[in-house]
Amino acid sequence: MAFLELTNLEKVFGTNRVVTDFTLGIEKGEFISLLGPSGCGKTTVLRMVAGFETPTSGTIRIDGQDVTALRTNQRAIGMMFQAYALFPNMTVADNVAFGLKVKGVPKGERDARVAEMLRLIGLSDLGNRFPFQMSGGQQQRVALARALAPRPRVLLLDEPLSALDAKVRVSLRNEIREIQRELGITTIFVTHDQEEAMSISDRIVVMNGGIAEQAGAPFDIYNNPRTRFVAGFVGTLNMFTATVEAPEQGLLKVAGQTVALGTGAISARAGETVTLALRPEAIHLGRAEGREVVLPATIEEVHFLGSVIRVRARVADTVVALDTFNRADQPPPPIGSTGEISFSARDVILLPQ
Amino acid sequence: MTRVLAWLALLLGVLYFLLPLAGMTEFSLKMRRGEYSFDAYRKVFEDPQFWATFSYSLVLAAATILVGVLLVVPTAYWVRLKLPQARPVIEFITLLPLVIPAIVIVFGYIRLYNTSSLLPLTGSALGTDILLTMGYATLALPYMYRAVDTGLRTIDVATLTEAAQSLGAGWFTILARIILPNVLVAVLSGAFLTLAIVIGEFTMAALLNRPAFGPYMQILGANRAYEPPALAVIAFAITWGCMGLIQLVTRFSKHERAKV
Ligand SMILES: Nc1ncnc2c1ncn2[C@@H]1O[C@H](COP(=O)(O)OP(=O)(O)O)[C@@H](O)[C@H]1O
Ligand SMILES: [Mg+2]
Repeated sequence: MAFLELTNLEKVFGTNRVVTDFTLGIEKGEFISLLGPSGCGKTTVLRMVAGFETPTSGTIRIDGQDVTALRTNQRAIGMMFQAYALFPNMTVADNVAFGLKVKGVPKGERDARVAEMLRLIGLSDLGNRFPFQMSGGQQQRVALARALAPRPRVLLLDEPLSALDAKVRVSLRNEIREIQRELGITTIFVTHDQEEAMSISDRIVVMNGGIAEQAGAPFDIYNNPRTRFVAGFVGTLNMFTATVEAPEQGLLKVAGQTVALGTGAISARAGETVTLALRPEAIHLGRAEGREVVLPATIEEVHFLGSVIRVRARVADTVVALDTFNRADQPPPPIGSTGEISFSARDVILLPQ
Repeated sequence: MTRVLAWLALLLGVLYFLLPLAGMTEFSLKMRRGEYSFDAYRKVFEDPQFWATFSYSLVLAAATILVGVLLVVPTAYWVRLKLPQARPVIEFITLLPLVIPAIVIVFGYIRLYNTSSLLPLTGSALGTDILLTMGYATLALPYMYRAVDTGLRTIDVATLTEAAQSLGAGWFTILARIILPNVLVAVLSGAFLTLAIVIGEFTMAALLNRPAFGPYMQILGANRAYEPPALAVIAFAITWGCMGLIQLVTRFSKHERAKV
């Protein structure tokens, strides 16, 4: 049995079913991200774990204990919010000490723990500051220290980085992950930013319309998306519509050309339409060794991003995005020119229609 | 041109406000024939009735403030947190004391709590004091509620509550350690308004026959010439002192500066 066990969670607001049959087991020390577009129910799941919302049905267990009926302050969880939720009337040190005081931890022990937490977030010198005297990033670090000080069983983070500017966002997410690893605390992190989720999570749960579409390690989710939604939401994806020609030999027709995917790759029947998806990095501009599928293409856009050049090319009726690495001796192709793209059948992701 | 007019309007306003005050102050200093003196003030301060009624009203003001805070802070907090749709209704209720004359309220009280009623509060001095305190709290309700509600608007009540809950805090801790300290300046301005109302209130204290400052001012005003203006100047000084105190409190509470 997993450390944090969410079983068949459902949440209905009025007539609006916001979370449907959500089941997830999280191991002790695991870092899980709930990823999905705005309004898909991520926050609602997190708030049910926190005890701010009561599930319409389903159970929540922490370390074997059924906490579904417990109030938030009885669950021993730590939470970090999107808005800066520090207590404005207290200093940084008092904010961090709050949970310990409520618990009745004696002063000596409390002060030691506060000092330890401030050291952990690298703000040892700022214990006497008030929240309004600090930057957004510093405030969120204090919020993290405050949540962790009473040694919660589970740490819940609801888009804690979305109010920060891009640079701070990246450095703080790495810091959160480092501290989480160091303490080994079981964590659920809510975000709508797929890059954020992929860069720091052990596992990602991709949500859509209140349903968990797929759960898995970032590598698996990215490379083996099981649904069209997951494929499209996580990373950029090029999709071609293809017609199945001979399923037993793995033959498809794409943009007027027959492509061989190998035997056993196709489960659809002959004549059916399937979607063939490719990551931008799997498509090569021009011909290349080991990329046996070659399709004619017209260059429509070229974006020079530095180390990477992102090209948009039209192939039959779809526009595909592809990435090539910058090389000083190879200028990007002119817009409007015609050429070829190539890819390997091994890199193709087949999605149900 | 409009600038000149604006200044002129301001000047007229100031004159309208200051002239009677200056006249009154001047008059209060003329008790001794032919020269200015503080005789009227000395007379007032020498009167034991002044001190007795003033301290009585101060004590009742303190009790009223306590009742008001205990009633209004949790209510305004709860309405903001859980019943935002009920806010217009609550606001209407808190405005009622402005519409219903104090005399109506106090006659209602006397009918409900007379010596032959189930709860004969008017039967004893303490009971009547409690009744008077409740009456004062009602009169001060519109000001107290508005002040506290405005204070609550400056903080994110819902998020702070949830943050405290996630740290293990219950309702009492949340109210006492987070909500109240964050609206303290608002509560204080409500408290000073309450003080001003209670010190000057006449109807309720007179009809309930309690020795408060309001009836004392009335009696003095009806029987003397120079002391009443002196008393008015003293009352004015107290009010302005309270305003100054509000400013000081705001100045000295560090985190409040972030909001302005
Ligand atoms: N308290 C509530 N009452 C009614 N509807 C709500 C409430 N909270 C959330 N919702 C609805 O539930 C859906 C999911 O919300 P939420 O969990 O916040 O999504 P996310 O965090 O993924 O953006 C939204 O359509 C939202 O309008
Ligand atoms: Mg959300």
